[in-house]
Amino acid sequence: MDPQYIKPFIASIQNVFSTMMQLPVTVQAPKIKDNPSTTYDVSGIIGLSGDVVGSVVLSFPKDTAERIVSLLTGSQMTADSPDFADAIGEIVNMVSGGAKASFAGKKVSISCPSVVVGPGHKVAKQTDAPTIVIPCATDCGEVAIEVTIQAADAAVTAKAA
Amino acid sequence: MKILLIDDSKTMRNIQKSVLAQLGHTTVEEACDGQDALSKVGAYKPDLILVDWNMPNMDGLTFVKHFRQTNKTTPMIMVTTEAEKARVIEAIKAGVNNYVVKPFTPDLLSQRINETLAKCQQSAQAA
Repeated sequence: MDPQYIKPFIASIQNVFSTMMQLPVTVQAPKIKDNPSTTYDVSGIIGLSGDVVGSVVLSFPKDTAERIVSLLTGSQMTADSPDFADAIGEIVNMVSGGAKASFAGKKVSISCPSVVVGPGHKVAKQTDAPTIVIPCATDCGEVAIEVTIQAADAAVTAKAA
Repeated sequence: MKILLIDDSKTMRNIQKSVLAQLGHTTVEEACDGQDALSKVGAYKPDLILVDWNMPNMDGLTFVKHFRQTNKTTPMIMVTTEAEKARVIEAIKAGVNNYVVKPFTPDLLSQRINETLAKCQQSAQAA
């Protein structure tokens, strides 16, 4: 995968977490995902379409997600709270929106977010592109960005082959 | 002052409501998408509208275009993750008066609200 599609997500998660939650993010070395299950139990999912296609999953352990969402909303929130999924969705929306703005010369649209909570779930891929996992550490715990993305013309070629 | 907040995320509406409350604006109506906003805007008659771009049913840009067909003066601020320059220009052409990219600090949103209201007040006085 072209690194130009990965670096914007690193910059964006650091910007979103520091601006909205005053939470610094330390990024570790990205790696190719070798397991179909998401890294952790809570997933915020956004689809990408246009000049590039794919998906972005922000994956949190449940405890970490609860801490981060509580920081964002300014009130204690658990995964059972009615607004928990909405808050996770808004975080992945901001991270994906910020990243796509850095795809120079590409016109890209993002979908409305979906959120899945539960251990061991899988997010089906709609492209043959590999998924890159970007492990991140915060004072609230670990977070992973899972990026599956490729240029739209490459996706068409792969489907036709 | 009556304010209409249009965003499909309740979390984001609450964050913006808290900034508005700090500025002394507590009369706020909420809408979860452009369609919902169009159904409320006639009766509510807001003095300021904050509108997101990406929403289900009707997006913010479509709402702005519809609303500006009949209302040229109510100040509108687009508050969105859409940060590309082309998108900002598209929104301004459609009729928004100012633009805030998410993520934002409370100070930035406050500043944009205050400058938008001041500019629109000056324009109204000059007219």
